[in-house]
Amino acid sequence: MTLRAKALARAAELRAGFEAAGALPVETPILQPADILLDLYGEDIRARAYVTSDALRGEQMLRPDFTVPVVQMHMAHGAEPARYTYAGEVFRRQEHDPSRANEYIQVGYEVFDRAAPAAADAEVFSRLTAAVAPLNLRAATGDIGVLMAAVRGLKTSQARKTALLRHIWRPRRFKGLLERYAGRVPPSKEREALIAGETPQTDAPLTGKRRQAEIDARIARLREDAQTDPLSGTEVALLEALLSVRETMPYALAQLRDLAVDLPSIAAAVEGISKRAEALAARGVDVDHLPFETSYGRTSMEYYDGFVFGLYSPDRPDLPPIATGGRYDALTRRLGQGAEIPAVGGVLRPDLILQLEGAA
Amino acid sequence: MTLKLGVPSKGRLMEKTFDWFAQHGIRLSRSASDREYAGVVDGIEGVALVLLSAGEMPRELAQGRIHFGVTGTDLIEEKLPLWEQQVEPVRTLGFGFADLVLAVPKAWVDVDTLEDLDAVAASFRQTHDMRLRIATKYHRLVREYLRHGGVADYALVDSQGATEGTVANETAEAIADISSSGETLRANHLKVLSDGPILRSQATLWRSRVAETDDAERATASKLLNALAAD
Repeated sequence: MTLRAKALARAAELRAGFEAAGALPVETPILQPADILLDLYGEDIRARAYVTSDALRGEQMLRPDFTVPVVQMHMAHGAEPARYTYAGEVFRRQEHDPSRANEYIQVGYEVFDRAAPAAADAEVFSRLTAAVAPLNLRAATGDIGVLMAAVRGLKTSQARKTALLRHIWRPRRFKGLLERYAGRVPPSKEREALIAGETPQTDAPLTGKRRQAEIDARIARLREDAQTDPLSGTEVALLEALLSVRETMPYALAQLRDLAVDLPSIAAAVEGISKRAEALAARGVDVDHLPFETSYGRTSMEYYDGFVFGLYSPDRPDLPPIATGGRYDALTRRLGQGAEIPAVGGVLRPDLILQLEGAA
Repeated sequence: MTLKLGVPSKGRLMEKTFDWFAQHGIRLSRSASDREYAGVVDGIEGVALVLLSAGEMPRELAQGRIHFGVTGTDLIEEKLPLWEQQVEPVRTLGFGFADLVLAVPKAWVDVDTLEDLDAVAASFRQTHDMRLRIATKYHRLVREYLRHGGVADYALVDSQGATEGTVANETAEAIADISSSGETLRANHLKVLSDGPILRSQATLWRSRVAETDDAERATASKLLNALAAD
């Protein structure tokens, strides 16, 4: 059998396993309307997905993942609670690393359940890990929600919190904003003058769609922002301490609880992590040795807003993760046009599983 | 066999390239008919001149159909994501200077930096229910630059010419284009962001790393490189 045939066969087995566990098998089209994906991910998605078009339907993308179509399908006519499984190709443009596949098979398991988020997180994680248990993969876990809670709890203006939340998944810009809000980066001369009230004169006519009222409103916001007290050094230090938590689960939880004394806004999120750890332990996961990292998933997993995880080969660090997943409640809110449902899921890569088995 | 040298097929870039090679004792010229895209090489044996549009040069080098070629850094980096593996720069030629810059309306007195542009993109999307549009033909370079700079809520719109006019025509809010003197930008009431250009480009002689080369061609290549090494 060719590698592709083997990967398809393995994908079918994995999916059958998830079906046996109670998931409903679903299929989604390969061609997805581009506008929804562009709205969600922004222009960056063009670097990662293949775009094609025709005169009737306009731009379409070759499915870069299943999450968006599965969520849409569930929001349109799914019963609750629901468990889904799927297997099929996804397509990813590769511009930097020719050794990475641009077409591969994913097998997924997704849970839409309002009742018990910690239990649902643990269910997805343990089902995926169980499916690849013989490979002895290394797990990485994190929680984007705890960082979001910390930002929401900062003693600063709503505008600053909104700006920081918008850049949770862009750590460089996030850090830059944090330093500016902490008063560590002095404003430029031009900006100081603008804030001081000297609106620069320009002979240039205003062209384009952005109107004068929008410019005036932004200047007003900049002046207002200049009146905002800088974030205290203590708060920034706490946030930085939070971002650097990287421990096995019991120690991570101890550190997070200590931080929650000074950052009470994260208390509920930390409690959620603790409940999840209990739910994982109840499913037989070795929580004492499970790594937890607050910063995990911030650069590559932009729609996840709670639990995040990945499974990696310790012997083949050159390979992408064998499994990835997480919670994406906010995505269902954005795709649901008012409706929402808590959701968590993950995917496996049968092609990589076969590679690792071949090497073993 | 013969070593193939690609040179831009028209305009000032072609003339200046001919001048530069002439200064190094190699006379390039187009064949007698002005319409025929063939050329003549004097001053070195075994080199064939291939006249090509500057935009096609990266592809021809990357596929190894020519051994050497003259084109701008901007086109190489835009069209060849793995350019370092496919081509190597041999000499910068000292002309064709141009920066790929990001420009916004001059009347946006509240915008000086990429950080400002990002903040404006966020409120523009809220106000207009669309992402802030940036017109360019350098999609890959601009997208990577903005991703690196942490800019969100923008959309690239394709513009293959007269890019500076897209803002006044309300088909884009900002532009990213090659600018050598900045005059076209000024004439269209645009200003460059202060973070520095996305890329500094100039005409450069590139060598294909993948073109098949026999012994005779290798010998010719080293003769050519020797001739061009002198200032």
